[in-house]
Formats: sequence, structure tokens, C-alpha cells
Amino acid sequence: MSQNWTSDEMMTVAAARQLRDGTACFVGIGLPSTAANLARATHAPRLVLIYESGCLGAKPDRLPLSIGDGILADTADAVVSVPEVFNYWLQPGNVDVGFLGGAQVDRYGNINTTAIGGDYANPKVRLPGAGGAPEIAASCREVIVVMRQSPRTFVERVDFVTSFGYGSGPGDREQLGLRGAGPQVVISDLGVLRPDPSTRELVLTHLHPGATVEQARAATGWALTVADDLRTNEPPSEAELTVLRALKAASAAP
Amino acid sequence: MAEIVSLAEGVAELVNDGDTVALEGFTHLIPFAAGHEIIRQQRRDLELVRMTPDVVYDQLIGMGCARRLVFSWGGNPGVGSLHRFRDAVERGWPTPLEIEEHSHAGMANRYVAGASGLPFAVLRGYTGTDLPKHTDTIRPIACPFTGEVLTAVPALNPDVTVVHAQRADRAGNVQMWGITGVQKEAVLAARRSLVTVEEIVDSLDPMPNQVVLPTWAVNAVALVPGGSHPSYAQGYSVRDNAFYQTWDAISRDRDAFATWMRQHVLDVRDGGEPGRERRMTGETA
Repeated sequence: MSQNWTSDEMMTVAAARQLRDGTACFVGIGLPSTAANLARATHAPRLVLIYESGCLGAKPDRLPLSIGDGILADTADAVVSVPEVFNYWLQPGNVDVGFLGGAQVDRYGNINTTAIGGDYANPKVRLPGAGGAPEIAASCREVIVVMRQSPRTFVERVDFVTSFGYGSGPGDREQLGLRGAGPQVVISDLGVLRPDPSTRELVLTHLHPGATVEQARAATGWALTVADDLRTNEPPSEAELTVLRALKAASAAP
Repeated sequence: MAEIVSLAEGVAELVNDGDTVALEGFTHLIPFAAGHEIIRQQRRDLELVRMTPDVVYDQLIGMGCARRLVFSWGGNPGVGSLHRFRDAVERGWPTPLEIEEHSHAGMANRYVAGASGLPFAVLRGYTGTDLPKHTDTIRPIACPFTGEVLTAVPALNPDVTVVHAQRADRAGNVQMWGITGVQKEAVLAARRSLVTVEEIVDSLDPMPNQVVLPTWAVNAVALVPGGSHPSYAQGYSVRDNAFYQTWDAISRDRDAFATWMRQHVLDVRDGGEPGRERRMTGETA
């Protein structure tokens, strides 16, 4: 096969394509930040990037390493305090899209960034924790998740619910009074999953070029349902790859 | 009125064993030099509070200063784990670390309540997550007007809050700008406060987006140029992202960590003298 892109690049490009121009997006660091910046540099120049450090409308020309790099404050429309970004901007529902990563996602789109294995007091692996994610997942109008797919990351049930997706199925979000719609799409390095409208279970709707249903099933910790009209994503365009690589090169430079 | 002191004096006067101590700074303006002085003065049994315990808290925890950590995100931003924090939580080294874990929204509101003289804050938060099962400072509360169930978190009132800022004037008025995080709330919520600054000037020219802490709201100001490195002070320095990446390897190994701390923190007399930043780059002396 002579493809000139990696599965990570395909994942980032597919995630970026999910972001509509002109929307406001609360951006987690890492994969979400890379994809959001790719979107802004390609099809969504008016995408509003919001970072939890209080930077509203940041326009970095390289990828920030952290949510508080100086490039974010220097290029933002406004820099507000941390209480303000959560209380005035996120909590009332002023942000369209929450864009999150994580260590585990489960069948119902719940996300774990807290701990894996053992119990909470004595975990096998202690992860960084919640940060802004629980309230981003609750209050943004919709949530997009990007995460590499393996049986360890796509699990039947997360070890710890850091950010609530659909709980254990239909009606849970409504019962809890969560205002946002929850995760609408999960993008991995193999394809795209969306919640089934009635069961809320994540279903494989798209494969990336070259990936197979068998690979996706093997990389999923539950019995993965495949959509009847399973589609294949367009490969990354030359333009998408050029911009993505330039963003990464700019941030790697000293 | 704030007293102008040396960093060593400020820490000696304001930070005691057993205190609840908040070093705040959201990626920007993290008071690293003050954290190092706390380590040099061998404070013990601290309850450390910070939204984003990153490398400076990894260092305090690894050096055995902390008994307890109140936090919302403990990682090396953009790099990965905090290995000293993990070693303390997963294996109790060098001492067991009790944790009280929140979300950013919850921690921010706890400081706001503390600064506001209120016993608790109300927010739409934590709903559906496993955090309330493990953190008993997250409780449901009914709105007295509508009955809607919301979440309450208690005020944070640290014994002492330490922050880093760009400038102070000679009277001790403090000025910071750029990403100012939750520092104003953390200082106003605290019983005592210490501010390290890049520069002490005759007069504070207004800056865009500035936060000013009047001298009567601060106990002590210490001049520590480069005192936030490897974090940064907008207008004075840039974030040393390479150091954060280097820290991953240094902190993975207990011995490498101890060696680094001895060379770059314990054997350094005070945080403020010239050359400090160069020694902090992770190169061995």
C-alpha cells in the first residue's frame, strides 16, 4: 500500500472535519487541540477556540503544548479568569462543542481520565484526573471525542466515570438533568463511531481507508455493532496533510 | 500593607509545617522558585492545594513535603504523567499522599466562595460522574427557589497562598496580566499571601487585561526574577516547553529525581540569583 499518511494523521484529519465553521469549541489539550487547530487552518477559519486557561478565541499559528501557552493568550479575542471561563461561558451553555480526549471510553460514551485498575484508593495506573472535562461533557451543546482505539481504551465499562456520556443507556442524561446532548461522535485511528439514537450505544459508522471491520472489532472491548450503511472516510487531502505537518513542525521548532 | 522581603524570609514567615498551602498559577506564572524555597526550608505535612498540580507539586510531593493534595488535574501538561505524584499515590513513596479530587469548575468555585466569605459554592457540576463517590466535599443541594438539584462544594481558605506576578511597586501593590487563572481568588481566599515578582518598579503602568492586588490585600512581596521558570511570565519570558518534556525522564526514576533536586534546588541558596534559569534547563552542572 502506498498511502503517504499515518493512522494518527487520518484520525486528526477526521476529527478536524467534524468541526463546523463559526462554532465555538472548548478544546482539550493533545489530540483535540491538534484537530481543532487543523480545522481552523483549513475549512473552519471562523472556528472559535476556547481553552480552559481563559483564552477565548485563541488563534495560535503553532500547536500549544499546554492549555496555557503564551501563544494562546497573545492571539485570543479575550483572556478571562478561570472562574469566568467555567461559570459565564461554559456553564450556561454558551459553547457549541466540547472536544475531549481520554484514556478510556466505553460503550455508552463515558470517559475515564482518572484511574485504571485496582480501586480508587490503590489504582494500578493513576491518571491526571478530571480537569475541565466533567463540566465540558455536561454543558457543551454537543461533545466530540478523539481517542486511539484498542481493547484497553475502548472498553465495555470505564473503570471510573470522569466525564458522563450516556451513563448506562437511554434516558440517563435526561434523568440527571444534563443540558448538553452528550457525545455525538467518537473518532479513533480506525474509524468513526456514533451513538445509536435509540440505544445510545456507540456504533461503527465509518472506517478510515485501509482499516477493516475485523480490526475495529478486535480493538473494541465490547461486541461492536456495525452500521448497516458503513462508509469509508475520504483519505486526508494533500492540503490537510500539508497544514497538519506544518502545524506540528512549527511547534517542534525551538 | 505588604512587606518587601527576600524569598527565604517570606517563606520562613508565612509558610508553616502542617499548613494548607496553595501555589496557584494556571500554566502561566507558576511560583516555582517559591516552591523550591519551601522544599529547601523542609516544610512537612503540608496540605497542598492547586487546580493543576504540575511539575512544582511533583517536586514538593517527591521531596516529602506533602501529606495531602487537593486538586483537579495532576499531570505534566502536554507531556503525560507526574511520576512523583503517581509514585506517592500508587506506592506511598516517599510518604503516602491523601488526595481530595475535584474538577476545575469545582475548584475554581471553591476559591470564589473562599474569596467571597461564603461557606460554599453552587454549580452545575460533577453530575453523573464517579467523583462524588470518592470526594465527600462534593454534595447535592436543592435550589431553595425552584427545587432543582445542583452541586455544592465548600469554600477553600488556604492558610497561605503563593503566586508569581510580573510586577509590584515599592508600596507592594501587585500587577499581573496575561493568563491570570484563579490567582486573585486564591490570594483573597487565603489567610496569608506571598507574591514573588519579576520586577519591582516605581509605578505600575496600566497593562491590557491586568489584575491588580492592592498592597493591603497581600502580606509579602519578594523580588524573584525568573521565579516562574519553567513556567513563564508574559512579557518577561516564554514557557520552557523543552524543560517540561525533560522532566518526564528526570522524574521517572527516584534516584535521578533526587540527584536533580539536590543539584538544582537544595544546593541553590535562594531562588533569585542570576544564572538560576540556566541551571534549571535540566543539563547537569
